[in-house]
Amino acid sequence: MNQVNRLAKGGRIDRGRPLTFSFNGQTCHGYTGDTLASALLANGVDIVNRSFKYSRPRGIVAAGAEEPNAIMQLGATEATQVPNVRATQQALFDGLCARSTNPHSGLLSTIGELFSPMIPPGFYYKTFMAPASMWMTYEKLIRKAAGLGRSPREIDPDHYEHSKQHCDVLVIGAGPAGLAAALAAGRSGARVILCDEQEELGGSLLCSREMLDGKQASVWVAAVVAELAGMDNVLLLPRTTANGLHDHQFVTLYERRTEHLGDRAPEVNGQQLARACMYHVRAAQIVLATGAHERPLVYAKNDVPGNLLAGAVSTYIRRYGVVPGKRLVVSTCHDDGYRAALDWAEAGHEVVAIVDARERADGHWIEMARAQGLNIIMGSAVIEAKGKNRVTGARIASIDVARFQTTGPASELSCDTIASSGGFSPVVHLSSHTNSRPVWREDILGFVPAELPGLTPVGGACGVYALGDVLKGGAEAGAEAAIGCGDTSASIDLPDVERLKTGEALGLYQVPHEKPTLRAPKQFVDLQNDVTAAAIELATREGFEAIEHVKRYTALGFGTDQGKLGNINGMAIAARCLNQTIADTGTTIFRPNYTPVGFGAIAGRHRRDLFDPERYTALHEWHRARGAKFEDVGQWKRPWYFPSNNEETMHDAVVRECRAVREKVGMLDASTLGKIDIQGKDVREFLGRIYTNGWEKLAVGKARYGLMCKDDGMVMDDGVTTCLADNHFLMTTTTGGAARVLEWLELWHQTEWPELDVSFTSVTDHWATMVITGPEARRLLAEVTDIDLDRDSFRFMDWRVGMVAGVPARVYRISFTGELSYEVNVQAHYAMHVCKTLFQHGDKYGLTPYGTETMHVLRAEKGFIIVGQETDGSVTPEDLGMQWCVGYNKPFSWIGKRSLTRPDTCREDRKQMVGLKPLDEMVVLQEGAQIVFDPQQPIPMTMVGHVTSSYYSPTLNHGFALALVKGGQKRIGERVYCPMTGGVTHAAEIVSPIFYDPKGERQNV
Amino acid sequence: MSNVAIFEQRAADTIAAESPLHYSLHRHAVSAQGADPKEGSAVAMDERAFLGHLIVRGTAGVLRAAIKQVVGIALPETACGLNVEGGKSIQWLSPDEWLVILPPGEEFATENALRQALGDNAYAVVNVSGGQTVLTLSGPSAHEVLMKSTPCDVHPHAFPVGRGVSTVFAKTTVLLRRPDAKHWELVIRRSFADYLYRWLLDAGEEYGITTKHTENKDNNNE
Amino acid sequence: MFYIHCPYCAEQRSEEEFHCMGQAHIQRPENPEAASDREWGEYLFFRDNPRGLHQEMWVHAAGCRKFFNVARNTVSYEIFETYRMGEQTSVTAGTTAHGREGQVEQVHKVRRVRA
Ligand SMILES: [Zn+2]
Repeated sequence: MNQVNRLAKGGRIDRGRPLTFSFNGQTCHGYTGDTLASALLANGVDIVNRSFKYSRPRGIVAAGAEEPNAIMQLGATEATQVPNVRATQQALFDGLCARSTNPHSGLLSTIGELFSPMIPPGFYYKTFMAPASMWMTYEKLIRKAAGLGRSPREIDPDHYEHSKQHCDVLVIGAGPAGLAAALAAGRSGARVILCDEQEELGGSLLCSREMLDGKQASVWVAAVVAELAGMDNVLLLPRTTANGLHDHQFVTLYERRTEHLGDRAPEVNGQQLARACMYHVRAAQIVLATGAHERPLVYAKNDVPGNLLAGAVSTYIRRYGVVPGKRLVVSTCHDDGYRAALDWAEAGHEVVAIVDARERADGHWIEMARAQGLNIIMGSAVIEAKGKNRVTGARIASIDVARFQTTGPASELSCDTIASSGGFSPVVHLSSHTNSRPVWREDILGFVPAELPGLTPVGGACGVYALGDVLKGGAEAGAEAAIGCGDTSASIDLPDVERLKTGEALGLYQVPHEKPTLRAPKQFVDLQNDVTAAAIELATREGFEAIEHVKRYTALGFGTDQGKLGNINGMAIAARCLNQTIADTGTTIFRPNYTPVGFGAIAGRHRRDLFDPERYTALHEWHRARGAKFEDVGQWKRPWYFPSNNEETMHDAVVRECRAVREKVGMLDASTLGKIDIQGKDVREFLGRIYTNGWEKLAVGKARYGLMCKDDGMVMDDGVTTCLADNHFLMTTTTGGAARVLEWLELWHQTEWPELDVSFTSVTDHWATMVITGPEARRLLAEVTDIDLDRDSFRFMDWRVGMVAGVPARVYRISFTGELSYEVNVQAHYAMHVCKTLFQHGDKYGLTPYGTETMHVLRAEKGFIIVGQETDGSVTPEDLGMQWCVGYNKPFSWIGKRSLTRPDTCREDRKQMVGLKPLDEMVVLQEGAQIVFDPQQPIPMTMVGHVTSSYYSPTLNHGFALALVKGGQKRIGERVYCPMTGGVTHAAEIVSPIFYDPKGERQNV
Repeated sequence: MSNVAIFEQRAADTIAAESPLHYSLHRHAVSAQGADPKEGSAVAMDERAFLGHLIVRGTAGVLRAAIKQVVGIALPETACGLNVEGGKSIQWLSPDEWLVILPPGEEFATENALRQALGDNAYAVVNVSGGQTVLTLSGPSAHEVLMKSTPCDVHPHAFPVGRGVSTVFAKTTVLLRRPDAKHWELVIRRSFADYLYRWLLDAGEEYGITTKHTENKDNNNE
Repeated sequence: MFYIHCPYCAEQRSEEEFHCMGQAHIQRPENPEAASDREWGEYLFFRDNPRGLHQEMWVHAAGCRKFFNVARNTVSYEIFETYRMGEQTSVTAGTTAHGREGQVEQVHKVRRVRA
């Protein structure tokens, strides 16, 4: 396509660097410095999308973040697809590949085109909610049809950065106010960040008509930007949108770092650059210099391509050298609307008329327009656009704004472009992200940010529009924000600005039509969500009075649009319909993100193998070399089982590993268990309060199993704690509970019992723990240690210090398998050496490494619980049948004790832990399976418990399970049933949870 | 606290020992290929392995004199303080907790001497040498790698030499400290070491991060 | 993302270093055995959920691991003050009106740095 709308000169584009791009498969041309939007307009593209609900053709309306229609799907390949890109914010690059998000009719679009008069607000609720059973089907279709773009189906080849920043002053927006603020703050020496969403810093000054110091404003911009760039204390971030303003001045900035350069981030010196960067900024002070959005006028068929914002028309002409049409009608109600006509005329194109809703006006720009002989029609407005795929004319009529009616016959002007301007709305979005409601100011006809600590709105963002005032306010705010950060004597000289005469603006939020709103052609308020003035009126008639309800009923300001263009008009229309003021009606709250943010930038470096920490034990490489399959236990990678070659199934491996432990000897890496070193004179007392059982009499050299409850009486952790010396204990916790238990101990010590002399230090990572377990454990260990392993001197639940494989070690004789066991602890640096030495000696004893699965089978055979598997925060020690581990008579009312006598915890029919033996011995019940007493009862059945652990036992040669069953401890011998999906019901007998060696003889050998 | 059970946990030098980053460094070592060794890369990563790490707990009043006498460095009593001298360092961790880092092999003797000096006071000393290691970052872009990783302000004014904090780093916790103007130190837990190492390699890639492994070398910070 | 002044580290740190532990100043009954089921149940399960000033307990989990108290507005999320275990708050519902001076000196004062 040719650049039919491009001017021969002017604008900030580089005509020496032409670019080629494609739009919906068509090849187009533009220049470096273009946005995708300016290039599309230059190529004469009228229709950029179909609308979301009614499938109406839509063209470019705006030149910035507020663009509601030109929402594109970018990407030359599947992997580089990016949805939801505003063409007005995307810099053009060579080879850019863009598609309309909604190029033609989908399902909803078809409905929309055929039945558009019948799609009222609340359409989805009314149409699709009944019958309820069909909602799932409708939802899929609606999502498919209504979606704004799609995600790539392939892995994004680019990478994304995060950067955490701290500054004294964050200036958001680099227009006149922001530049002045940053300069003032920067010169004082404060740490300053200045960000702006556009390609170039300068904002409105880049294409302003105003002169600064008698020169083009862009000259001043260049000088200020150069000075800021030279300051070490200032970080300049163009192409960076402040998307969220969160609590305590935490702001997220989204920098499109290389998105302007290509489909993929380019390589420099062999390094692939980041595509985007998310800055997490903590700012002491924020200067909000986000400017204002121009409000479009709401008139009939204002969505036909060729209807643009007046300011956008100026921007396209002055900044990009593009005149988006031939014959222009301007419709406005304030002075600034005239600028578009002046720019249009200066570009040599025809201005058909300027239609001004005010009765009279004599500001600077009006005088200039008059002097140029432009046709100005006062007291009137464009009430309706003509045309379907492009504006062909404008119907104008005189109007009475106060009475909301036309006052004379309409006439039609022939034109191809209508530029409208209803005034400006301060961009208050960020200020309301933390839930503070903007405040209406009648004098500027706009909402301004509510007062917030650490936030100073300046310039357009607080309704100040005269350039001189904007610069002054910015500079003052910047200097004020930097107070205390450095040299306060620094000041900035503001450029001279000619003060222009301006007339009073008129509040015009909906242009009256000859027909009442409900019968007039559609007057669009929110173009992105296809919300019309009639929809808002209807919503108020249907009883939606609160503005938040109107929003939800109509979808006004929904989604990625966040009400940038339509919100104020919408609020005002609702106010008119409800017969109240805009101040009383209020505004809805804008939410983060201001514009869409790529998921890649949100994830940053936290992806693939860095998504979550992988914690390794000191033996990790040994396990890996042994071919272990790993299981995630919290963040730990634990060996799950060790297939003897790649073919061995998990079942076979576990059978082999279980047999090795029961018959010979096995080795488990237990280094992941939490270990807490506890020292102090009061450790015994402290343990007695924290654990359910007694610690007064535990002798030095002995270990004891302990159960920990929360004060509600529910089991929270367990483990073996050892008395190393009278004032020195070592507590072990579950793998997953280590951090939680340490915090728990600190909690009670710091908040309830600070008088106790006790301190806790995590030594989980310090010690590596190897469990040697099985009938041959003693003979194996004896080969590599100087410790006397005699069964009568080193007894069950004892510990010793000595050398193991030449390494100083602490060895505990404790058992989680029920077999003769030694837990060898060495400083982790030596774990690999000790492990290798054990296996050098272990062959002749059949030493076999085993993983967590075998560990689970072996402990379950013994009826040992796993906290978090047999318990779920609702299980007491008594429910587990562990009364033997409860010190009912300890003097201190330990944590959880009182709760064991609460009526709910004493109920006889509580779920209690039992063993289950399936009647069919080869059945392994499903963990989590629900249990019923009577399998014949009608559905829904009364569920009386569930299976918590279930395995096949190679030792017993049958399936077995642990379960929680109502009143189970008194039901030993009874039958229960697990009805499974597919109609199968498994029967099982309630048995003791100890399936193997109930007397515990094997660990005592 | 007296009446504790401690023992020399370090084995003879003939026994093979593996630092927490032993395999990481072998698996992913990156050297400055063709770079001018004088200039160095923008970020260099190194491990100071096998140092003695002692957690010392108690009040400053109880510990002050004994620490000075035994370790030879003043106890940093203000929050987030770090004192470094002659290959040893003491870092404030909380109002009643400090980390003492010593040259390899000195931890047991130091613990005994401290216990001797502290007598029957309320305090605790715990050897955690096997559970953590020190990773150093140096080079002109080191702070930028840190800014990708931690919410702490690492601007030289906000994080001067002699400051040390316990903070969030990537998705785990580290002790981050500045022993001198040229180095940052990360005291990291053994089990997270490989994750953090891979994280830093990835974050440092754009600066051409290099690694070198120096076990048992002289432990001066310079 | 809060910026919380840890009274032990004596500086502000990012929220991700902390855990919130719920309402502060919950007293465990001195003699639990003497507490009625109702009293014990209230200690265990019942918490205030005020709109406005709330005293909370937090722990500097990734930092000094100390527990402390936070006086916070549950609507604006403004933190009025933080104070150590055993200390009393100086903030009451009457003193939290917006624009109050002095009380918040520790909040919103980030490093002031001469570059
Ligand atoms: Zn702290």
